[in-house]
Amino acid sequence: MHSILQRGNALLAYVLSVLACLTFACFISTVFLNYRTEVDISTVKILVKNVPDYSASREKNDLGFLTFDLQTDLTHLFNWNVKQLFLYLTAEYETANNKLNQVILWDKIILREENAKLNLKNMNAKYYFWDDGNGLRGHKNITLYLSWNIIPNAGFLPNILGQGSHAFKFPVEYTTSRI
Amino acid sequence: MEVSSLFDDVKRMNMRQFYYQVLSFGMIVSSALMIWKGLMVVTGSESPIVVVLSGSMEPAFHRGDLLFLTNYPEEPVRVGEIVVFKVLGRDIPIVHRVLKLHEKSNGTIKFLTKGDNNSVDDRGLYAPGQLWLTKSDVVGRARGFLPYVGMVTIMMNEYPNFKIAVLVCLACYVLVHRE
Repeated sequence: MHSILQRGNALLAYVLSVLACLTFACFISTVFLNYRTEVDISTVKILVKNVPDYSASREKNDLGFLTFDLQTDLTHLFNWNVKQLFLYLTAEYETANNKLNQVILWDKIILREENAKLNLKNMNAKYYFWDDGNGLRGHKNITLYLSWNIIPNAGFLPNILGQGSHAFKFPVEYTTSRI
Repeated sequence: MEVSSLFDDVKRMNMRQFYYQVLSFGMIVSSALMIWKGLMVVTGSESPIVVVLSGSMEPAFHRGDLLFLTNYPEEPVRVGEIVVFKVLGRDIPIVHRVLKLHEKSNGTIKFLTKGDNNSVDDRGLYAPGQLWLTKSDVVGRARGFLPYVGMVTIMMNEYPNFKIAVLVCLACYVLVHRE
């Protein structure tokens, strides 16, 4: 006869190996999927100010303000191995100070079963658009694009770039009045 | 299997068998160490697997989830990635997302992070006077995700007696059990 300990041990080992196999199946069934999709972004209002950045150096830095429209449908990205999408809107540009600047202006978490059809109008940025210096005024080519980080139940954590970006210019004069 | 029969096994072993058991125990310990060190070489990260210890990235990562990291020097850090970084004066590495990034033309980068579940960025968590993270602070970038598995290590760290009990049981099992 087998003792309780042996039976428990066998059962535990079996349960663990079945769980491991299922998790692997979950991972391998979704690892080669294409998660890219169309995104429509446009800007509405764009301002730039020159104010002290008290959160960092306390020096006067350029601070951009913008509102944007965003339209996309991400419903079809969800499958059995997508727990959450982390959407983020990035502004990317080049200045005299830096070869590459990337600033996240807005983000959103979309869980399973939540509405993944976005139609945002005149949205404000969620984070401040501080430049590292004074490179925003009159800047001719700032690119806005949406990306998403897929959080699976188990597996890879890919960062996907949405198809479709929007380029805009900043005004050549600082706004001095309060907004 | 009862305790008395366990010790009967030991009594019936001759010296040669006992050495064999000790050696196989050594094999298990050293192969675990080899796998860990091998992973360090393959991933380029000093700590290729980390356990999430706080809820600052919820709902993506919960306490006890496991993250697989890579840290290849040729792969640049970009906004939206989840990085694991160390801060001077804190023992435990932090898992947060890159919010802003500035890259000079000579390739040096500075970036700011934020936890998905936190309302403010991480400047308050950094060392006093530190405004940005640089590449040398990074332990790794999160590439893979496995839920719940790290719960075992959290239990072990919070209940040291549990850890000792598990280790003693395992060691006894390996040393005493005849294959």
